[in-house]
Amino acid sequence: MSKRHWPFLLGGLLVALLLAGVVSNYASSHPDGLDSSLLKGCTVNADDEITGGSCPAQQAKDHELADSPLADYGVRGIGNDFVSTGLSGVLGVLLTFAASGGLFWLARRRGPATPAAPATPAATADRADEAATPSGGTR
Amino acid sequence: MHISNGIINGPVAAIFAAFALAALAFCVRRGRADLDDRLAPMAGLVAAFIFAVQMLNFPIFTAGVSGHLLGGALAAMLVGPWVGALCVAVVLIVQALVFGDGGVAMLGLNITNMALLGTAAAYLLIALLLRVLPRSPSGLAVTAFVSALVSVVVAAQGFVLQYWLGGTTDLGGNLTGLAGTMAFAHLLIGVGEGLITATTVVTVAKVRPDLVYALRALKPATPAPAVPVAGGAR
Repeated sequence: MSKRHWPFLLGGLLVALLLAGVVSNYASSHPDGLDSSLLKGCTVNADDEITGGSCPAQQAKDHELADSPLADYGVRGIGNDFVSTGLSGVLGVLLTFAASGGLFWLARRRGPATPAAPATPAATADRADEAATPSGGTR
Repeated sequence: MHISNGIINGPVAAIFAAFALAALAFCVRRGRADLDDRLAPMAGLVAAFIFAVQMLNFPIFTAGVSGHLLGGALAAMLVGPWVGALCVAVVLIVQALVFGDGGVAMLGLNITNMALLGTAAAYLLIALLLRVLPRSPSGLAVTAFVSALVSVVVAAQGFVLQYWLGGTTDLGGNLTGLAGTMAFAHLLIGVGEGLITATTVVTVAKVRPDLVYALRALKPATPAPAVPVAGGAR
């Protein structure tokens, strides 16, 4: 891949790290739309724990990996919630980037850019980029 | 929108796991045509970004309920439907295996709703809207917003279908009640999804329009007078 993609990639990764590492601490801790729909029929307390009634959510079972070191977006052993959530988010972003980026890189198509491309052997993907930029603009 | 263990019974979960596996294999086959040296790292970034934003549960206007980005529309816009579905699936797998979010036994159900249904619904709308709306930042924003909103509602109804097939609580025939609750909550969550998706896509299009898959792949219905560009095969 071309060198001129690196600034964009690094910038995007930095934004993701900031969101997962810092902003995540300000996320709502209420149940999401699905979980709350399954709580219909039950009464819950201020911590959103079921206190009575009957609802589909009562059938929920523990997660297979509830003891994983990063379970529930926290790092086990770190007492400070802010640091624990933020660090788990940073690790998650890096892990997701490495896993998916690695898999996509291994699965990528090699060889000429497109079968239908004009028969100029030197028309690599990066040169096609440059040709597409001025004409493919949104404005 | 991650289903926890115990909510859907084992046989139905297993059927959806097999379905999701087959569909993802198909996405890999089709996606490889899109995956070149430029798209592969971009797809990694899209997955990482979706993971990050999925952590950011936002409140909706119903008391005590939150929602978060699913990411299908965002991924479809930026890296296309096949690779996009794979991006969301990777996020869901990482969440289930490492973060204890969404049961491992429920992974096929969750992948079907969020990665497959959500992305498919989004891309169908993107393909339609980008052809009829003007190629302007606002046209792009409307496309992103509408496709993201609808994709969330569709994904939510995927869960209702699964609950109808294998829900572990007998709703006493009141499935429409669940469908209505899910639809209303996810309409509101979809507004959030739409705003996040539109903001992100318009920002990327401003900085690097060549990195927005949908703008490369989808030609407007009435092509502007073509300016011949040497080698401009796309």
